Amino acid sequence: MDGLVTRAGGWLGLTLLALVAAALAVDAPFAVHMVIVALACFAMLWATVTRADYGAIARGIFKIPADQGVYDDDPIRWGVVATLFWGIAGMAAGLFIALQLAFPALNLNLEYTTFGRLRPLHTSAVIFAFGGNALIATSFYVVQRTCRARLAFPALARFVFWGYQLFIVLAATGYLMGVTAAKEYAEPEWYVDLWLTIVWVAYLAVFVGTIVKRREPHIYVANWFYLSFIVTIAMLHIVNNLSMPASLLGSKSYAAFAGVQDALTQWWYGHNAVGFFLTAGFLAMMYYFVPKQAERPVYSYRLSIIHFWSLIFLYIWAGPHHLHYTALPDWAQTLGMVFSVILWMPSWGGMINGLMTLNGAWDKIRTDPIIRMMVMALAFYGMSTFEGPMMSIKWVNSMSHYTDWTIGHVHSGALGWNGMITFACVYYLVPRLWGRPRLYSLRMVNWHFWLATVGIVFYAASMWVAGIMQGLMWREYGADGYLVYSFAESVAAMHPMYLIRAAGGAMYLAGFLIMIANVWATLGGKVRAEKPMTETPYNAAADRPLVPVPAE
Amino acid sequence: MATKPAEKGFSHKKVERNVTLLGALALLTVTIGGIVEIAPLFWIDNTVEKVEGMRPYTPLELAGRNIYMREGCYTCHSQMIRPFRDEVERYGHYSLAAESMYDHPFQWGSKRTGPDLARVGGRYSDEWHKAHLIDPRSVVPESIMPPYAFLAERDLDTGDMANHLTALYRVGVPYTKADIEKANDDIRAQADPDAGAGDLQNRYPKAQVRDFDGDPSRVTEMDALVAYLQMLGTLVDVEKAAPQERPGETEAAR
Repeated sequence: MDGLVTRAGGWLGLTLLALVAAALAVDAPFAVHMVIVALACFAMLWATVTRADYGAIARGIFKIPADQGVYDDDPIRWGVVATLFWGIAGMAAGLFIALQLAFPALNLNLEYTTFGRLRPLHTSAVIFAFGGNALIATSFYVVQRTCRARLAFPALARFVFWGYQLFIVLAATGYLMGVTAAKEYAEPEWYVDLWLTIVWVAYLAVFVGTIVKRREPHIYVANWFYLSFIVTIAMLHIVNNLSMPASLLGSKSYAAFAGVQDALTQWWYGHNAVGFFLTAGFLAMMYYFVPKQAERPVYSYRLSIIHFWSLIFLYIWAGPHHLHYTALPDWAQTLGMVFSVILWMPSWGGMINGLMTLNGAWDKIRTDPIIRMMVMALAFYGMSTFEGPMMSIKWVNSMSHYTDWTIGHVHSGALGWNGMITFACVYYLVPRLWGRPRLYSLRMVNWHFWLATVGIVFYAASMWVAGIMQGLMWREYGADGYLVYSFAESVAAMHPMYLIRAAGGAMYLAGFLIMIANVWATLGGKVRAEKPMTETPYNAAADRPLVPVPAE
Repeated sequence: MATKPAEKGFSHKKVERNVTLLGALALLTVTIGGIVEIAPLFWIDNTVEKVEGMRPYTPLELAGRNIYMREGCYTCHSQMIRPFRDEVERYGHYSLAAESMYDHPFQWGSKRTGPDLARVGGRYSDEWHKAHLIDPRSVVPESIMPPYAFLAERDLDTGDMANHLTALYRVGVPYTKADIEKANDDIRAQADPDAGAGDLQNRYPKAQVRDFDGDPSRVTEMDALVAYLQMLGTLVDVEKAAPQERPGETEAAR
């Protein structure tokens, strides 16, 4: 009973503390955020009191020990649902701001719906909410299966999930209210950053704790990638967000570094948010789910060692290629360019290891839509990790920088690689997590695949044309020795490209909505009567932790 | 497992059986690049060249800069002119590192959906800026910029500006004691010509003192943002800074 009283009292105390902070806040957004925190604490208080097992407490048993013979999949199920939910939010926001660039009237003359405030909402929602939930959910799934052990610290794992959702809500509502640190992909303000740091340390503890209690002698390669992702993101997040609040009861803070130092710190962070959040973490997903779905072992163990260490070593150096020809010292730019070009090799090492895992199962591309998605994801990974090093060459960058080519490049990676591999993993997970015979419909997966693929092609192609056109128009000189185009003319020339891009995005979103319907029906226990396609069999009896058996 | 032969020398197997070793080696591997590239920027002297004219932002400019960040202007506008003929002709002298030395955080940007703003100060009138911010298409028909009419209607509410200057002072911006004490008064002093500028322009050389939004009765967010835009790129005499880029060449020889 004491434990319950302490916990309930703690939540009550935090609720009151947050309300006091809201009352004393120096700006309105901070007050709103503290009210959100108070509501979250109150929800925890409510859950603590109403869901306590009073019978067990009365009998003097605090906790029924969890069954170590089954995996702890609750936070993973929540994570899959959260991935899909934030996916809709983030992609819809993306489509909306794409349309704003074609039709500026869609800014609606409201401060909350301007492009400048919605763009961070879009990027954070797809990267950190959609991608982040996918990473946390799959890492908890994979680390249990590959360690043959139940999650360590189950309460902490639940804290990680809900704490991360609170981070997302605070960040997203902050953007709408104009609370931003104004550093791309690191926009949340100081107190939200501190909260994420706490959640992230708990995440590391759960992940490493599970590896420590593993029943397999080796740590599987997917877990190397997850571990390096968690550790590196912690380092990047803390250093890049060092800042000095103007008031401890206000939302505004000032970055610790200025000018050129701040610029390189930011792009050291920004490029490695791509390198570790969107690459290392998602390669970890690839290393577990592609072999499982293909029912083949990973192609090369040696290649996985080489490309793991070279990838994480080289990625960190590539940041300065975001600052070519700026006031950053030339030596740093050149160093960044050289390492970016070298980075092509380990990136393709990962792609090759993934694709060649299909050796002996290539026929599945014709018959298994989930495998098809995985292969397309790896193809886009290979395409964008070739495009990236090419754009990091200073000569190319002098034209491509500041243009929509960069936007196209990012999206062929994000939609093609991160999106496709996430969809494939969720399709793999849903029947297994909810104990369904199969997905509602594999043919709908096929529709999703084609809509997404064609959507990306529209998106990337229109942005190539847009970017190269901008770059050339800005530097075009006439025979008279004057610049030919005003800036406004280059803006007007973008209109058709922005329309095609929005159409591509709409197709991608449409495919995602088909996925939502498919997953929804699967959770409802429905199975669509359709011509069968290849499925990967699931052995529920083998999908459980190894439990030590006492000697006879 | 006991029957396994002992490994000789280094084997990756050691690493993949020990999560502490794996984590420590991974962390070590990922710190090297950052240390080699970022740390020297703090101690190599010529990273930020010495130029005359740089000063911290006035409180009004700082408030305007905070509005610039709040509205996400950096998502579409860069403040970093590259040393190319077309950019220099379009936007002015290429940007110097020193010009953002008091920018916490930097706002160089990464995308030009709209034009570069590093030297937009003084290029357009206050009236143009106000009309453009209220309805961009009234002055640039091709523009796709969102309208910011609400800035003109809203009083500037920064909270205690002394706290903001103190925070910046703590991260290295050389505000004086007088700057911090007068921070709140300085806002009115700069935006309201009738209030009297006091010693504002002694402490902040080249500070532009006037009513920026055409409404002298009050200080709005529009005042602050226009004051910020009108000072961008105006502090440093870039022509004076030029000789140090070409050592050996004297002022007279040019």
